[in-house]
Amino acid sequence: MRYRRLLRWYFLVPALLVTAGVGVPLVYLLLRAFEVEWSQLDDFVFRARTLVLLANTVLLAVGVLVLDVLIAFPLAWITTRTDVGGRRLLTLLGVLPLAIPGYVMAYALLASTGSYGTLARVFGLEIPRLSGYVGALLALSLYTFPYFFLNLRTAFLGLDPSLEESARSFGYGTGAVLGRVVLPQLRPAFYAGALLVGLHVLGDFGVVSLMRFETFSYALYLQYTAAYDRLYAAWLALMLLALTGSVLFVEARLLRGLLFHRTGTGARRRARPVALERGRFAAYGFAGTVALLGVVGPALTVGYWMVQRGAARQWGALGEALGASVLASAPAAGVAALLALPLAYLSVRRPSGATRALERIAYLGYATPPLAFALALIFFTLRAAPFFYQTLGLLVAAYALHFLAEAIGPIRSALYQAPPDVEEAARSLGRTPLRAFFATTFPLLRRGLLVSVAFVFLSAMKELPLTFLLSPIGFDTLALNVWSYSNEALFGEAAPYALAIIAFSAAFVGVLLMNESDA
Amino acid sequence: MFQQGTLTHHVSFSPMSLALTVKNLTKRYDPAGPDVVADLDFAVEEGEIFALLGPSGCGKTTTLRLVAGFERAEAGTVALGGQVLEGPGRYVPPERRGIGLVFQDYALFPHLTVVQNVLFGLREVPRKERRARAEAVLRLVGLGGYEHRRPHELSGGQQQRVALARTLAPKPKLILLDEPFSNLDALLRQATRQEIRQVLKREGMTTVLVTHDQEEALSFADRVAVMRNGRIEQVGTPEEVYYQPRTLFVAQFLGRTNLLLSEAKGRKADTPLGTVALNRTATGHVLLSLRPEHLTLDAPDAGSAHPLGKVIAREFKGHDITYRVALDGSEYLVHTHNRMPYHPGDAVRVRPLEPAVVLESQPAGKRVDV
Repeated sequence: MRYRRLLRWYFLVPALLVTAGVGVPLVYLLLRAFEVEWSQLDDFVFRARTLVLLANTVLLAVGVLVLDVLIAFPLAWITTRTDVGGRRLLTLLGVLPLAIPGYVMAYALLASTGSYGTLARVFGLEIPRLSGYVGALLALSLYTFPYFFLNLRTAFLGLDPSLEESARSFGYGTGAVLGRVVLPQLRPAFYAGALLVGLHVLGDFGVVSLMRFETFSYALYLQYTAAYDRLYAAWLALMLLALTGSVLFVEARLLRGLLFHRTGTGARRRARPVALERGRFAAYGFAGTVALLGVVGPALTVGYWMVQRGAARQWGALGEALGASVLASAPAAGVAALLALPLAYLSVRRPSGATRALERIAYLGYATPPLAFALALIFFTLRAAPFFYQTLGLLVAAYALHFLAEAIGPIRSALYQAPPDVEEAARSLGRTPLRAFFATTFPLLRRGLLVSVAFVFLSAMKELPLTFLLSPIGFDTLALNVWSYSNEALFGEAAPYALAIIAFSAAFVGVLLMNESDA
Repeated sequence: MFQQGTLTHHVSFSPMSLALTVKNLTKRYDPAGPDVVADLDFAVEEGEIFALLGPSGCGKTTTLRLVAGFERAEAGTVALGGQVLEGPGRYVPPERRGIGLVFQDYALFPHLTVVQNVLFGLREVPRKERRARAEAVLRLVGLGGYEHRRPHELSGGQQQRVALARTLAPKPKLILLDEPFSNLDALLRQATRQEIRQVLKREGMTTVLVTHDQEEALSFADRVAVMRNGRIEQVGTPEEVYYQPRTLFVAQFLGRTNLLLSEAKGRKADTPLGTVALNRTATGHVLLSLRPEHLTLDAPDAGSAHPLGKVIAREFKGHDITYRVALDGSEYLVHTHNRMPYHPGDAVRVRPLEPAVVLESQPAGKRVDV
């Protein structure tokens, strides 16, 4: 009886579309990979190169996690627990690097170092060009640390100060309180941040390809462009998926039972701020360095190359690329919001095993490394619907399915705020379920929907790997231009596209902050 | 057994005047779990205000949602004015039941003004008459002049009345009230309760009220059904369920009471308070209930045969006094008028003013007298 609701077309169609869109290509990838002759597996999997790729990928992920914590933890502590002036500005600095996607950060690092780089040309400061592990590590860390920062900051603000005070009353000093009371409570925030960062590193393609650092993604890209061996590419994608799967598994394991330890949302009393006297200069110095490396430096570099190359010559091409990006991103945003609305509704208003599974599938689409997801879509369309291959439609569908999770979030929060009984009131006043929804709940969701559309649109605007593999021939978006010019070290040519990407990403951060402050 | 005479005047109503009939209604959320509503029977007459009273989790809200059509029953029927709304092979969705609902938190549409909220339910009314009807209903609940306010600009009591106006406007055949006064503060609650009762009675609305507040049920309803564990333990007028509780649960849920283990012989019983009169014949070990206000205190030398006890606490509350009296190892509560002169330590005799009520030893389960 409870499932009758699920079987209404407006729930059934989106549910089937999402399940099929995310699930079928992945299953197909699996089937294709297992068409392998078992003797071939020696060449694909059981060989030294796999170990190298695995070690590189894991080392990069671990390095980024460590560096992120080293940047984010002090910054989160300074902005929530001390009395230094300008904490709001410092908070903004902790989030702003999200406006510089990894591949733009990689571009900025490449364009500012080495004998030909900005530093050498402007300040005569010649440091070796960053590339390989160090380059990838820096670019990814500077881009991803805000995910840690946001999680830690929220957790710091949510801590119940009376717990620390009671620990102090038992005679524990500052250090002991930090180690035995504060850090254990921050564990869920660390795990949540680590998951996001881990998925980003595993899914990243732009940074590792520009920095020429051989991870699974980079090998996948080489395989796809240079020596197109589908079967090997499928196995690489599969190994990448397995790695992603183990990250998700470990995360779920670590989080199990932990959420029960969190304190309830009682009265939000702020902890007494620590007075940083001389320490404040260290704090400003630290935040300033992070800001210089993460935001100011890249922006200045892009600006420098803009001026150098007389970017005006490129306005036409820039306009074309912008048009292409919008042409793919705008419909994707619409489709994602359209799919997200019924899914979010089901998960909030009719929670059950089935609706939770549906939501998991949507998150699976988000967690799947985009390169592997794109490859699965290519395999599947080539077999099942070749006419769909290399069309705008496929690109739009891929964007929508991949970013669906981003669209579900804001709609779900809005639904939690909309009282459920207004719909029942509307039904008791003679409206059918669908009409009752549109007359009462829908008007309350407008903001959430708008944020969803904005999230997906702006994410799609800067998306690189999906675009790289799936865009129709000759369809050059902003992201593709940044990447391909940077890949050939044509920094001046890349600059205007990079600037446009930064503008869109900054808008994304703006929406994110607006949404956070209201939530 | 239980004396049914007090309820006969309800049986005398002709079937035509029954508005809502619920028969053998059963609801289970978890197939393996217990029945949330178990084989429930009751009927509400035309123009009557009927209360479902019980502690949280007793199934009263589920019953209301079954009647409204927001939940489907495992078994049983719901009929309104002769039309079956829920039954074997039949289910009328909420929007076609013609039943109005007032929610605990009012469920006003926050994006609409007061008058738009009321107009929302008036689709069946000819377009030209809608506005006039909405304004008339708002005047009826005392909110003329508030048409263009938004719900959040109104006080709790006003929001409550908008919710009522919105429900009344389409002239439903039945109104369901789900804990409608629980979000109001105590002072406002009593006033609003009386106002709303007057409006409902003036309009002749058949109403079912769900509440866990016994004072609210007793003062608001014409008849009260006391629910426990998905079943109705007793139905009757407020006076009947209060003065003649049938079970221990009903006796205790409706107010404080003194329980006496006794040995009954016909219309009398031997109790720790001496021999007392009973409300009905009984024999053997029975449990008796005597409300504190049905006891009074006498001076030790008054020459009565009632046993002697000692006052251990006195609570002067202005219009009355509550005494705690120790007698033969037990404590008894006695409500008296505010001039009673005894103080802690005084010896007193405890005298029943009314016959004690014999409680059924087993919960009556589904047996309900209507």
